[in-house]
Amino acid sequence: MTTRIFVPRDAAAVACGADEVAKAIAVAANKAKVDVAIVRNGSRGMLWLEPLVEIEDKGERFAFGPVTPADAEKLVASLAAGQSAAKIKNPLAHGRTEEIGFFKRQTRLTFARCGLTDPVSLEDYKAHGGYAGLAKALKMKPAAIVDEVAKSGLRGRGGAGFPTGIKWKTVHDTPMGQQKYIVCNADEGDSGTFADRMIMEGDPFVLIEGMTIAGIAVGATKGYIYLRSEYPHAGIALNEAIAAARKASYLGPKIAGSKFAFDIEVRKGAGAYVCGEETSLLESLEGKRGIVRAKPPLPAHKGLFGQPTVINNVLSLAAVPFILAEGAKAYADYGMGRSRGTMPIQLAGNIKHGGLFETAFGITLGVLVDDIGGGTTTGRPVKAVQVGGPLGAYFPRGYFDTPFDYEAFAARDGLIGHAGVVVFDDTVDMAKQARFAFDFCAIESCGKCTPCRIGAVRGRETMDKVIAGTSRDANLAVVEDLCNTMKFGSLCALGGFTPYPVMSALAHFPEDFGRKRKLPAAAE
Amino acid sequence: MTAVEPWSEARTRQIVAGHTHLEGPLMPILHAVQEAFGMVPEAAVPVIAEELNLSRAEVHGVVSFYHDFRREPAGKHVLKLCRAEACQAMGCESLVKRAEDRLGVDCGHTSADGRVTLEPVYCLGLCATAPSAMIDGRIVGRLDAVKLDKILKEAGA
Repeated sequence: MTTRIFVPRDAAAVACGADEVAKAIAVAANKAKVDVAIVRNGSRGMLWLEPLVEIEDKGERFAFGPVTPADAEKLVASLAAGQSAAKIKNPLAHGRTEEIGFFKRQTRLTFARCGLTDPVSLEDYKAHGGYAGLAKALKMKPAAIVDEVAKSGLRGRGGAGFPTGIKWKTVHDTPMGQQKYIVCNADEGDSGTFADRMIMEGDPFVLIEGMTIAGIAVGATKGYIYLRSEYPHAGIALNEAIAAARKASYLGPKIAGSKFAFDIEVRKGAGAYVCGEETSLLESLEGKRGIVRAKPPLPAHKGLFGQPTVINNVLSLAAVPFILAEGAKAYADYGMGRSRGTMPIQLAGNIKHGGLFETAFGITLGVLVDDIGGGTTTGRPVKAVQVGGPLGAYFPRGYFDTPFDYEAFAARDGLIGHAGVVVFDDTVDMAKQARFAFDFCAIESCGKCTPCRIGAVRGRETMDKVIAGTSRDANLAVVEDLCNTMKFGSLCALGGFTPYPVMSALAHFPEDFGRKRKLPAAAE
Repeated sequence: MTAVEPWSEARTRQIVAGHTHLEGPLMPILHAVQEAFGMVPEAAVPVIAEELNLSRAEVHGVVSFYHDFRREPAGKHVLKLCRAEACQAMGCESLVKRAEDRLGVDCGHTSADGRVTLEPVYCLGLCATAPSAMIDGRIVGRLDAVKLDKILKEAGA
């Protein structure tokens, strides 16, 4: 009997040696004459265990990790000796994959299939509920599809949290008979985030299905995925999946035999962080410098090549098939306040159990970092956590009671952004992190607006003076003033949000800036 | 690294012609030109501009805007080290310093013997297996001094 062995093709697994492990299994199995089929699946998201090898036993999957090629040979030897996966005694054995606490505690709606299936097998996708959302959508009027997405409460997962349904309705309501576009923002540049990458590598069809449903809903026939060049593995998986979907008429002139036409093309970025900003991305797709556009006009009215365009993040579009298949209510039943559904949260940086944790909104930062993440990997105390990428605020331990919710983070001068959580231990110097925030903005600014272009450079210089101890108070006043100008005067979030990491570092860790900590009573 | 061809005007025109059916073809063209020649040579700019009916300034503006496009050839090997926050939290800066010392150049430059170009990258999306690197397109996670030294040795530095 053939034993199926799963070795992820996810970039994080590959970066830790998954390709070599897969090869070692194939060679050892061949030599020992063990009948195995190696499936290159997506990642289960428990990245501290990568490469995580799963061996199937009577329909159940057992996890081993992190596996080296030498460990892989031992696993094959155990199989050759007639042991079943459930019985293999090995220090790397973790039992049933789905019983591992980190996995079991999740609510996987968007990532339901990621890691479970062969990412580029359309058959596998359909066998696990894929294209059920499209089937429902094809029986509905386009306006009803838009309404369903609106009712789900889905908000833009890229960071801004704008209601997806409103974007779609705006494009739906523009006159028919003109070219409209669906653009997927896959320029996931925030440090600490990798959910877009994981879903594109682990379940690319869910994104393709989401974009197809969007196309039908608003009357668009062409979709672009703007993929950052740092993600070559995602590009390969997407293109394989697109080819398979085209072959089976899930993309092309007659989607699943219907009257609707839709096709998708993957376009590669070129290393500009600012192109994750939607209007800059559109400029880049048109073949121009990635300079931010002033709004209005909104992309929904005049987007790609001046045509009505839906531009959504990967995770927003990937949430759509579930919403259509199970209904808006099933999605909206999860979450808290105005943050409905689930969020694929990414635990990263100096964290013991880093990975992807999809859960309903409302979980607290402390539970995520201490409980699920297990604290730091260095074993030192957590000093700061940056949530939401390079433009997100640094939160101290005192804020660990903050629930994961757009409004709750905003109320504490932070943001959840794309839900990346980067943990730092007590060796971090927050003045240096503040300097880096300015530095990054200076490197990546598109240069269109003055507050961002000049403010970032002046901020970096001024932080250098602060760090050197030159007229500290006067220079910190300059930093605060610059942040104020950038926050309210910048055209987009790059300049506008750089003050978040700077000001939060200064507010919560004044000692690192040579300032005395204010007594709690004196705090606002 | 894949072998690069010497600059050729005819080859550039051929590359452009292979992309003109696309909407907004300039970025795919520049990627293809760089793949062929290892860089976007100055001489390619007026050729691409003419073929696409753009001004040279427009094409130059795009080439110079994006970090990925090279205007000088890279070293024989390209080592990118991630310097973004998640990798910072895992000590990437000491690895950058180590690589700089070994190669005798600051990050962003090519070693004097032309063997290795050392570049920063801001996030490879491997943030839970940090620090991360990319050597000639191959990604490496959980980078440490031992792994870095091995990479540099293999690159002949």
